[in-house]
Amino acid sequence: MAYFLQQLINGVTLGAIYGLIAIGYTMVYGIIGMINFAHGEIYMIGAFISLIAFLVLGAMGVTYVPLALLLVLILAMGFTALWGWAVERLAYRPLRGSFRLAPLITAIGMSILLGNLVQILQGARVKTLPPTVPGGLILMEAEGFAVRLSFLQIFIVALTIALMIGFTWLIKNTSLGRAQRACEQDMTMAALIGVNVDRTISATFVIGAALAAVAGLMVTLYYGVIDFYIGFLAGIKAFTAAVLGGIGSLPGAMLGGLLIGLIEAFWSGYFTTEYKDVAAFSILVLVLIFRPTGLLGRPEVEKV
Amino acid sequence: MSAPLLAVDHLTMRFGGLIAIGDLSFEAQPREITAIIGPNGAGKTTVFNCLTGFYRPSSGMLSLTHKNGQRFLLERLDGHLITRTARVARTFQNIRLFSNMTVLENLMVAQHAALMKASLFTLGGLFGLPGYRKAERNALELARHWLDKVGLTAKADEAANALPYGDQRRLEIVRAMCTGPELLCLDEPAAGLNPKESADLNQLLLSIKREEEIGILLIEHDMSVVMGISDHVVVLDYGRKIAEGPPSHVRADKAVIRAYLGEAEDAEEDAC
Amino acid sequence: MNRLPFLLKDAGLAALIAFGLALPLAGFRLPDGASGTDLGFRLDWVAAATAIVFAGRLVMGLSRPFFMAASEGMAPKFAAVTRRLGWSGYLLAGVALVLPMLPFADRNLIDKATLILIYVMLGWGLNIVVGLAGLLDLGYVAFYAVGAYSYALLSLNFGLSFWICLPLAGLFAALFGILLGFPVLRLRGDYLAIVTLGFGEIIRVILLNWQNFTGGPNGISSIQRPSFFGLPFTAEPAEGITAFHDFFSLDYSSFHRVVFLYYLILLLALATNLFTIRIRKLPLGRAWEALREDEIACKALGINPTMVKLSAFALGAMFAGFAGSFFATRQGFISPDSFTFIESALILAIAVLGGKGSQMGVAFAAILLIGIPEWFRELAQYRMLAFGCAMVMIMVWRPEGLMSKRDPTVRLKGNKP
Repeated sequence: MAYFLQQLINGVTLGAIYGLIAIGYTMVYGIIGMINFAHGEIYMIGAFISLIAFLVLGAMGVTYVPLALLLVLILAMGFTALWGWAVERLAYRPLRGSFRLAPLITAIGMSILLGNLVQILQGARVKTLPPTVPGGLILMEAEGFAVRLSFLQIFIVALTIALMIGFTWLIKNTSLGRAQRACEQDMTMAALIGVNVDRTISATFVIGAALAAVAGLMVTLYYGVIDFYIGFLAGIKAFTAAVLGGIGSLPGAMLGGLLIGLIEAFWSGYFTTEYKDVAAFSILVLVLIFRPTGLLGRPEVEKV
Repeated sequence: MSAPLLAVDHLTMRFGGLIAIGDLSFEAQPREITAIIGPNGAGKTTVFNCLTGFYRPSSGMLSLTHKNGQRFLLERLDGHLITRTARVARTFQNIRLFSNMTVLENLMVAQHAALMKASLFTLGGLFGLPGYRKAERNALELARHWLDKVGLTAKADEAANALPYGDQRRLEIVRAMCTGPELLCLDEPAAGLNPKESADLNQLLLSIKREEEIGILLIEHDMSVVMGISDHVVVLDYGRKIAEGPPSHVRADKAVIRAYLGEAEDAEEDAC
Repeated sequence: MNRLPFLLKDAGLAALIAFGLALPLAGFRLPDGASGTDLGFRLDWVAAATAIVFAGRLVMGLSRPFFMAASEGMAPKFAAVTRRLGWSGYLLAGVALVLPMLPFADRNLIDKATLILIYVMLGWGLNIVVGLAGLLDLGYVAFYAVGAYSYALLSLNFGLSFWICLPLAGLFAALFGILLGFPVLRLRGDYLAIVTLGFGEIIRVILLNWQNFTGGPNGISSIQRPSFFGLPFTAEPAEGITAFHDFFSLDYSSFHRVVFLYYLILLLALATNLFTIRIRKLPLGRAWEALREDEIACKALGINPTMVKLSAFALGAMFAGFAGSFFATRQGFISPDSFTFIESALILAIAVLGGKGSQMGVAFAAILLIGIPEWFRELAQYRMLAFGCAMVMIMVWRPEGLMSKRDPTVRLKGNKP
């Protein structure tokens, strides 16, 4: 029971991180129907920027943790968003209206490009960050096993919930959100009634990148170890989460992320860690076969 | 009298709470053109989608009887088998050609099932066995026959999307004919055609009926086509049949005029 | 009209963005320190990046009118050139045939040519799936791996020769294709892409972790090398076995094997090509293309989409299986490292950059993407960077691929071609 609870806590934390990345996939897919393959790399860049920001702030003598966290959050979101914007502007916008495979190919190219760029700039070795948010609560102790809930885990889940609330509000109530939903329905029509489609799509990439940056920050704090290669697997898993929840659906992305996180935590907790990546993929395959629209996605009627 | 080519029996199609077709029954005879008319949204295309396996009817029976007496229950067949074995071919409201392939290739794809068998599922074809070569020659002959018929022979090697609109419509019809159907379902074949093209279409459909001795099921808004060539008209409104009979009879029907022609009396006069 | 102020402003903006992009990632170094990662500064790099972007943008802006005129003239010319490239296929095949006999052909060149040919073959195999049938497969490398491991395990455990293992490897790969394809081929395009990607990763993880069977991360070594119809390419063959050089009374040279391998893959690749050219003109191949164009219309013509897709998937997988077993016999050693997602991406890039369904384009793309980086091995660390860059740039420049002209599969007799 105690062990179960611990895995649950770990799974939810992991799920929050996947969910934040998944939102970027689901938003972009919803609006322009492409798999932004480079999104995992954006998340990796977010993690690197977070790490660098921590080190810079440390060098500048900012030692008060909440302040440092806030500043890093802002810096990482800002700079990563710029990367997200630039990727869209350079690699995807010129291909709008081209055949379906084209943007996916550039996205794969972009993913390779960004991964290797970071490798060249920062080296292939892992980077470490000493624990920044230490401490935690011990929820219960049973059978010589203590269930820990660290402050960091509370921070991660709380921040995710706060971002989700803010983000849902943004989509529901702002003109940007309305423009996004309009583009999702019909881009040509949205353009005809005066929505600036290019700007809306850019904004989508910016928001997605900013959320991915938060996920990057969380991973840097949570594991304390990052390298240039973390984007690939996290990206695929987050995409899996988006599909699992129903691509195009924001609550779906969060739910999917949560499920993937839980599956991974329980799988590695109860079975072997070696096949935990396979678990996520197998579930993806099963979901797509039996419920292709995902858990919260709307069914698509084949139009003849 | 022998069994009708197509017997639609109490067909109902529901989408959630919406009843697109409610308890529809009608028959279509071989060597006859049966038109289904009705205002937009009356459920005409839904009938086609049920017939050709794109939708599974909520209830009802769709039975098809070939000239040789063989009988098929369409609602039980998989989509592609409806064309392959029951020999029902169809066209689409918004033309669906293989647009980057040539006109001739479109017609060859339509003969896929026969050619596939002749090529021993590719193996024989790969090594150029004579059986396949003969089948391919026959397929080309059939394609040429239909191309001649609609005057597209000279354009046989052009990409389908390079054809003018009217030609694309005609190509889609002869492509359906290349599957060798017993029942041909045409979804608004005259839409977007000018009067001259529309008249040509009438001739084409009449000659198909006469020479191929098959039944044609037609959805059409163009009354000159409907009234000019159909032997039997079924009128739908809100998914239900409101009238049925020969064109002259339907034209005079009060319910039809109210539901369909009623809003513009002169539309009917245009049609005559 | 003086456009300079506008251009300066534009370049300034671009430079500002470049500064923002470069500052966090290039401006700091993260060297290993005594207690974890240290921080170093490298702000000169940021300045350099900013300056380069400013200058580049300005030059681009200034030369734009000239550039536009030039490219306008270029486009039809390029199209005309590609249209007349029909004969170049034979030329390329001819060069490939005589390559080992040319005076400048050394071991290094033949090795590289062999590598390129592997990718040409894989590109052609994937082209069946992606180019003809229009199915996006991001896990193609899985079938390549199945082929390689099939050969390695069959020859190691049962002592079967290459020529028996080759068809078996293809068969196994095709079976895997059917096994995977059956449940997933009903999915829409992008979903199919992601499921195939997942499948590719699953295969790799299994290869990595199923220690007893696959050797895990250490892979399988000392795989049997191919023989020339039973004549091995060894300096000192085992007792009672005639080596290739003895049989033909030649001096032993390790070059013989290299050349033999080269011709082997050339043969396999050309077979793949011939198969594709031939099947395009058969009903199955035509159905693939029709399916790519419009699945619903296919159904209405009595074509079973699932079977047609499955056949494309299985045949594409089969060729990957052949290529995989060649790879295993050439390397003599395989490990899961050779079958990562990057390989799938590379093959897909070759197939798509070449032009949808264009055989020649695929060959050129393979030479471009595999060959050129091979000659710049010294710059190995920049190789993948350049590769990613090339993928993005070629796609933005010519989204329809390098060569995208489609030849009709059949013409009406009597009509002018």
